[in-house]
Amino acid sequence: MVFLDFEQPLESLYEQLEKIQQVGEEGDVDVSEMVRELDNKIRNKRKEIYSNLTGWQKVQLSRHPERPYTLYYISQMCRKFTELHGDRCLRDDKAIVGGLGSLDGQTVMIIGHQKGVNTKMRQYRNFGMANPEGYRKALRLMKMAERFGFPVVTLIDTPGASPGLEAEEHGQAEAIARNLFEMAQLRVPIVCVVIGEGASGGAIGIGLGDRVYMLEYTWYSVISPESCSSILWRSWDFKEQAAEALKLTADHMFEFGLIDGIIREPVGGAHSAPEEMAKLLKRQIKKAISEVQDMTPDERIEARINKYASMGVFDVRPSEVEGKE
Amino acid sequence: MGWFKRLKDGIQTATRNKKEAPEGLWYMCSNCKETSTMKELKENFYKCPHCNYHVRIGSYDYFDLIFDGNYEELYEELVSRDFMNFTDLKPYTERLEEAWKKTGLGDAISVAKGKVNRRPLVIAAMDFKFIGGSMGSVVGEKIARAIDHCLENRIPLMVISKSGGARMMESAFSLMQMAKTSAKLTQLARAGIPYFSFLTDPTTGGVTASFAMLGDINFAEPGCLIGFAGPRVIKETIKRDLPEGFQTAEFLLEHGFLDFIVDRKDLKETVSDLLYFFDSN
Ligand SMILES: [Zn+2]
Repeated sequence: MVFLDFEQPLESLYEQLEKIQQVGEEGDVDVSEMVRELDNKIRNKRKEIYSNLTGWQKVQLSRHPERPYTLYYISQMCRKFTELHGDRCLRDDKAIVGGLGSLDGQTVMIIGHQKGVNTKMRQYRNFGMANPEGYRKALRLMKMAERFGFPVVTLIDTPGASPGLEAEEHGQAEAIARNLFEMAQLRVPIVCVVIGEGASGGAIGIGLGDRVYMLEYTWYSVISPESCSSILWRSWDFKEQAAEALKLTADHMFEFGLIDGIIREPVGGAHSAPEEMAKLLKRQIKKAISEVQDMTPDERIEARINKYASMGVFDVRPSEVEGKE
Repeated sequence: MGWFKRLKDGIQTATRNKKEAPEGLWYMCSNCKETSTMKELKENFYKCPHCNYHVRIGSYDYFDLIFDGNYEELYEELVSRDFMNFTDLKPYTERLEEAWKKTGLGDAISVAKGKVNRRPLVIAAMDFKFIGGSMGSVVGEKIARAIDHCLENRIPLMVISKSGGARMMESAFSLMQMAKTSAKLTQLARAGIPYFSFLTDPTTGGVTASFAMLGDINFAEPGCLIGFAGPRVIKETIKRDLPEGFQTAEFLLEHGFLDFIVDRKDLKETVSDLLYFFDSN
């Protein structure tokens, strides 16, 4: 088990538990009462810790190395899934995966960022940072879904779109912009869920939809807390403050009306009970699809555009002359 | 002085302050270091008479360059608000106050309607000197309203981009402006109204990754910086120097992301030609 810094009290409880269990296995001492007591303690401590998480702690949870990623959720949610590769132009990006899946008999196109599960795979997946080819693969799959009437589901989990020479040469900005443009007019339902990190253009590049949700311990922001700290505070040391200032948690995003709902995670986070998390995720995705499926494509597109058009807060100043001077 | 005169002077002063073009008697080129008089610079469309470097200018300078004389400014009343109580080293409110005072602008974008060789056009032009030309709620809303105006009146839209990217102090709201502006642009496309995206120095981040790359025509000023990630970030990532000319307008043209590059002296004629082509049926 991997413990985050704020989970240290849990770690020592688990250590105690392990020791007692060892004693129980070695001798004839009955430890069951003590085990039960410790289990209780752990459960209560975890509840206590998880009911009071800061923005930064949620960012840490969203990056937990044991957190489930897109392909895990797909394997749990879909009885059948066929991954489809390539942008039909240059290559197959490994940081975005996608394919046809079946959600209890309903064919859907599922697309998501994919991070690696170990050191080697993290590199292979480029840490979930997609290149333009990834966004173009996603678009190719979405246009196919549109042709055949399949709802589109996207799972968002990226520290950002890849910043590199090739990404710029191949038009990272154009690829993301094109996806936003095409997703706004896609004639099939689109349901998006932030399952981990929702960083900036890299996240929204597959994130424009009829319904957008966030898992409880995820974040969505225009910039990562670290980069924000380095730019606005001119130092990397203010990530906690930046995370608070950015108001990047699911609760904030829902309060702002920028997402349609929060999918609660098991106490201890998605990684502590991944199968349960996958069930909760699947239930919400199915519910969301059914909510928008009966609209006509034109109605749905209009509602989608109106939803995004209403996002923004500003003042209306009476007039230039009476104004600030 | 009568109130009307004062009012008029006030507006003129305000407009002069709003311009980004340099002032004074002499200008030293930041590219070739040669000196020219301000008069020479101005007569040369704010380009260095020695090396043709395009000096950074603001929205009102572009309005003057492109429109036939008069134009009507739209949505001036929209201004930013610190609705998130965002404070880094400075509160966002303070940054806004400073930017208003220093620039005389309402925000990082101005919208105006006018005519170009007698054909109507709506231009939304960004100002780098207003918090780095950053895109927050106001930039998104002004573009959205400009699009609505173009839809209602069937007028082509031109956006002049000049931005360091999204406005961090509006966090996810600024991110959502990418979705908002892109989604609204699809309405213009469906209505068959042309959208010209003109990219100037610099155009990066969320602005490039939304409306700036979505023109029916994408064109740019020579030598300007255009990219998704900023050069500094890329350099830190790859840990070596960037190739010569990387992320310039010429680089983007070569890689297929621009239709053409236009010298500032030919800008009005180019826009006029585009309006002519799209107007013929
Ligand atoms: Zn020069």
